[in-house]
Amino acid sequence: MLDAAPETDIQREARRAMEICNACRYCESYCPVFPAMFARRDFPAPDLAHLANLCHNCKGCWHACQYAPPHEFGLNLPATLAKVRTQSYADYAFPKAAGRLFQHNGLFVSMAIAVSLAAVLIASMLLIDSDTMTETHRGEGAFYAVIPHNTMVWLGGISFGWAIIAMIAGVSGYWRATAGGRPGWAAVRAAIADAATTRHLGSRGGGCNDLDAGFSHARRHAHLATMWGFLLCFAATCLGTVLDYALGWQAPYSWYSAPVVTGTIGGVALMGGTAGLFAIKLRTDPEPEARELWGMDTGLLALLFFTAATGLALLFWRHTSAMAWLLAVHLGFVLALFVTLPYGKMVHGLYRMAALIRFHAEQDR
Amino acid sequence: MTELDPCDLLVVGGGNAALCAAISAAERGLKVTICEAAPIGFRGGNSRHVRNFRAAHDAPTEVLTDSYPTDEYFDDLMRVTAGKTNERLARIAIAESAHIERWMRERSVRFQPALGGTLSLGRTNPFFLGGGKALLNALYRRAEQFGVKVHYDTEVTGLVIEDGAFIAAHLNHRGFAARIRARGLAAAAGGFQANLDWLEEAWGPAARNFTVRGTRYAQGTLLRSLLDHGVERVAEADQCHAIALDARAPKFDAGIVSRVDSVPFSVMVNTRAERFYDEGEDFWPKRYAIWGRLIAKQPGQIAYSIIDNKALKLFMPSLFQPEQADTIEALAGKLGLEPSALSKTIANYNTACTGGEFDTTVHDGCRTKGLAPEKSNWARPIDQPPFYAWPMVPGITFTYMGVAVDENARVQMADGRPAANIWAAGEIMAGNVLGQGYLAGIGITIGSVFGRRAGEAAARTLQN
Repeated sequence: MLDAAPETDIQREARRAMEICNACRYCESYCPVFPAMFARRDFPAPDLAHLANLCHNCKGCWHACQYAPPHEFGLNLPATLAKVRTQSYADYAFPKAAGRLFQHNGLFVSMAIAVSLAAVLIASMLLIDSDTMTETHRGEGAFYAVIPHNTMVWLGGISFGWAIIAMIAGVSGYWRATAGGRPGWAAVRAAIADAATTRHLGSRGGGCNDLDAGFSHARRHAHLATMWGFLLCFAATCLGTVLDYALGWQAPYSWYSAPVVTGTIGGVALMGGTAGLFAIKLRTDPEPEARELWGMDTGLLALLFFTAATGLALLFWRHTSAMAWLLAVHLGFVLALFVTLPYGKMVHGLYRMAALIRFHAEQDR
Repeated sequence: MTELDPCDLLVVGGGNAALCAAISAAERGLKVTICEAAPIGFRGGNSRHVRNFRAAHDAPTEVLTDSYPTDEYFDDLMRVTAGKTNERLARIAIAESAHIERWMRERSVRFQPALGGTLSLGRTNPFFLGGGKALLNALYRRAEQFGVKVHYDTEVTGLVIEDGAFIAAHLNHRGFAARIRARGLAAAAGGFQANLDWLEEAWGPAARNFTVRGTRYAQGTLLRSLLDHGVERVAEADQCHAIALDARAPKFDAGIVSRVDSVPFSVMVNTRAERFYDEGEDFWPKRYAIWGRLIAKQPGQIAYSIIDNKALKLFMPSLFQPEQADTIEALAGKLGLEPSALSKTIANYNTACTGGEFDTTVHDGCRTKGLAPEKSNWARPIDQPPFYAWPMVPGITFTYMGVAVDENARVQMADGRPAANIWAAGEIMAGNVLGQGYLAGIGITIGSVFGRRAGEAAARTLQN
């Protein structure tokens, strides 16, 4: 599909970069991008997308590059691959228009959706029964006194269901265009192991160039906290669902219940991780960064941070009269996160998994 | 005129040798200042472009396979230099090469794991992770942590030396005349390979057609100043490391990517479409460094490496795309060669190929019979279109003529006395070990060993 189209400016720059790197090879031990690149001599668009999604943006190659500016070749591999990568999210997004919207306005769009959803929830509660917004609700089912159980299930179910469908459609389109075929189990296992430990953010244990030419593990640790924090929060939601439907216990749950403990740990990790990633983004050397992607990168960080923060706030003040407001705001962020999931930075997880599976499949060959 | 803050040791140059000297001296408590001619973006001289160094070792390590005994290393050096080496200094460099990796690791330099490697140097040469610029980044950070002051864009234009003792240096400091006083001088400013006028003195007008593979800041200003002040000279002016590289590469600083590895699988012709040397004499890494000189002796200092389609994937891809045509005559037209002459050369070569089992991993004995010169390995008829050609020119890496030093890297005066407070390391003194020829990676070995020795000796001398 893509190879038939004429080369875009970004693709041309990426191909030029590959041709320089492929004749140099000094960076071969930094990450999988290089062995995958060296196995090729031509770089059509789908292969560029694959290599770009293998890149974990550690910036080791930038600081080591003898062809980076002021050299006349002006090579900037991390920024170039970041642009190709983001373009691939937009190219395979379902539907496409939504992907393009997020490509450049991610932060604004995410926040706008979250705030409007919260506002709609608050407004409907006020219209239906303004007393619920000032009363204190306690005991089993307290949340559902504010927003009916069914409404919450439908809102969450539809937005999350949509997210899953759109993401599967996106990543399958990407997989078909860049690789196709059924990957072997060994490749999938190896890719999962890479992702679970974010191994390639560690650059062989020596760390990445998070801020400058010095090596650090800060970004890797912040990313691990974000990823596992998110997964714990998700697990907490699943546990709540099980308790509700299988055992008939309705939220809110006690401090020491499984969903609350899991969610609290996850929420704290998620806040710490996203705050850390944001701090690194603010302080890092801007040259190897693609600044036009700032919105998309920070959009997801902001959504995750506020989802966790409003969730924890709801937990702390659920027995006060602020609960209804906090619930509405928290749900606004959760729903915004779900709705934007297939179009924002979150898809990098899926595309990277696909790229890692393909990388391991090629290595095994 | 600006007077920069005086220091104990002035290090002139900003590459690996300069940093090894500066760090060694600063770690021992000296106040060290570096004057680097390049701006920060081009700092580090040819070390920007290096990838590895040659290290002796007795057993496999994390980054090296097998063993490389010092005797074998020394024999290799004697062979490539045809004995033109200062044996005492060579043995020091080789013995201490075994300790460079640890010294660098302790200063946060990172290495690649032993890979087998694209250049089959996995046994003899540890590779820097990311190459020379990553090496420099780590060493500059270390130097700055130990209080070394670095002046970029600051070239030494002249020296004040009285009776073999260094007193001060005149500078072009970011475009302004300046001066700096120091109690000692470590000269590590590279060779004079980027100074085409000087190269022309040694090579004649042919030098104008040389491409300079590395830094454009290696002007040899410091070397000339030292020689003018009566320092003893080593090695001949025309001795250098030079390879054949793509004629379309930039004039300066193209580094490794301008390399073309097609030669052993090709026929090399000059502008008269005549062959001039055995392309298949040995494996490419072992012959890589002779082709610069070979092409320098051809008319116009240019030659063409010609292959057919079946050879295209036998070597690493080149940065610049080869010229391509479906007939030898059309290819000649694109290269500006006489079509009938090239077609005759290729036809003669094709007829002379004796066949045999083609194998790139051994000296396969696929040779020609009846040509002058013969091609002794990997000779297969060039008969499968499309045909490809790379124009190639001499690319100079660094010059060997330099200053004589003793085992502590102390500069020797022409009258036989040692200089009181002048040391030298790196390309500017590599000619002590390399009278001619080259051994892959020995440049950084010499720079590291004598850089450290210079810094240590300066600390001993200046602290007394």
